Amino acid sequence: MSDKNLDKMGHINELSPWQDITVGGFVIGEGNSKFFNTGDWRTKAPIWNQENCKQCLLCFPWCPDSSIPIENSKRLEFDMEHCKGCGICAKVCPFSAISMVAAGEEK
Amino acid sequence: MSKRANMSGNEAISNAIRQINPDVVGAFPITPSTEIPQYISKFVADDLIDTEFVAVESEHSAMSVCLGASASGVRAMTATSSCGMALMYELLYVAASDRLPIVLAAVNRALTGPININVDHSDTMGAKDSGWIQIYSENAQEAYDNMLMAHRIAEHPEVMLPTMICQDGFVTSHAIGNILLEDDDKVKAFVGTYDPEKHILNPEESVGVGPYSIGAYYMEMKIAQFRAMENARKVISDVSSDFEKVFGRKYGMFEEYEMADAELAIVIMSSAAGTAKDAIDNLRARGVKAGLIKLRVFRPFPAAELAEALKGVKALAIMDRSDGFTGNGGPLGSEVKGALYGRTDGIKTINIVFGLGGRDVTVEGYEEVYENLEKLKSTPAEEIPYCIHLGQREEK
Repeated sequence: MSDKNLDKMGHINELSPWQDITVGGFVIGEGNSKFFNTGDWRTKAPIWNQENCKQCLLCFPWCPDSSIPIENSKRLEFDMEHCKGCGICAKVCPFSAISMVAAGEEK
Repeated sequence: MSKRANMSGNEAISNAIRQINPDVVGAFPITPSTEIPQYISKFVADDLIDTEFVAVESEHSAMSVCLGASASGVRAMTATSSCGMALMYELLYVAASDRLPIVLAAVNRALTGPININVDHSDTMGAKDSGWIQIYSENAQEAYDNMLMAHRIAEHPEVMLPTMICQDGFVTSHAIGNILLEDDDKVKAFVGTYDPEKHILNPEESVGVGPYSIGAYYMEMKIAQFRAMENARKVISDVSSDFEKVFGRKYGMFEEYEMADAELAIVIMSSAAGTAKDAIDNLRARGVKAGLIKLRVFRPFPAAELAEALKGVKALAIMDRSDGFTGNGGPLGSEVKGALYGRTDGIKTINIVFGLGGRDVTVEGYEEVYENLEKLKSTPAEEIPYCIHLGQREEK
């Protein structure tokens, strides 16, 4: 339990020895959910049909994770490292620009 | 100057809390610990302390208040008994794994089934594996003194574990006795302040507490708790030595009474030790080499020191004030036998469950225990039952 270990958050991973885990497992720093890849939970995957997409951005606030990146007011391709395949984006899309397929078939 | 006072155990430990002036107390009343939050709210109303007293709707919430407060980097305390503690069990484990040094004043009372409000140790023994440090007190003075040491043990950077200071319901908590109350300033100087490096209210640094620990992390977290509990041994010893230097009263992991040449001994905890000491005085006057060990620190368990202290003993009774229905004896019985295994051989040992639900054991009762120990000396080990009960009505 030394100070050097307290400063390592963000670098702790599944190979870290117990001595490097922070006291009480405190998570230091914000925005670290991006280091937690939830994409392998998926049983279904979304496919973005760009021809139908009007960039209304309704899918973005509905996504429970951070799987729809936005740049210059436009959505980009899905972040499949984090997409759990919940299908909410496909459900709320008014323009049928997102469809769901079995995980693995999106590639 | 320390001051002579007449106080119940509840009033004594509440005065320790007044002197410590914790930042937050979340508590719910339950007999026999009710008076503690009652005293604290009076201290708040009288402006003697600036504690934020949170009156909650259950003990589950009381411990939750303590968790949140402690995670925000302040001193958080509570008090409870019996089923109230049972309702906290879930959160007790969280406090230990989150390494939040919450301090709890426990007033031991039997757990319900059948309902009973009197002393036994089934409540805190139910929390013996929760990861909390457990310190037991014989009388109001010890409850007060142990509370003055609690924060320094719990908050030590090498420990960071929640700590409960236990005293017996009614026998200690409500009976008024003489105690020495120390000066407020001297207590404050001894206890010191708490300023943890990491907490959730630091605007300069975001901190999250209590993350989901999947299989890849859970075991590492548990090993850290194991190490912290190991570290607590030395810290308890150091803080107790410092306490003796400042206040003059000596505390070890356990107290030895007439143990130097004892052949017949008992290991016992809390208020019952006082009565047993009177029995020993009677027996010693009759030439019986009787002795007693009163365990103060149950977690971490001082196994090696205990085995060393018992090595000259020929017959030993381990006195449990809760049963446990384990098929292998009460919690203290199992711990002490485990401590002796491989360290000392040949002590004839029996586990005695006594005093459940406030059942009194008299001086004569303890004298009977030592008479039985005399017989145990010459009983073949395989004929000794692993556990017997004392003080019940039964057909002979």
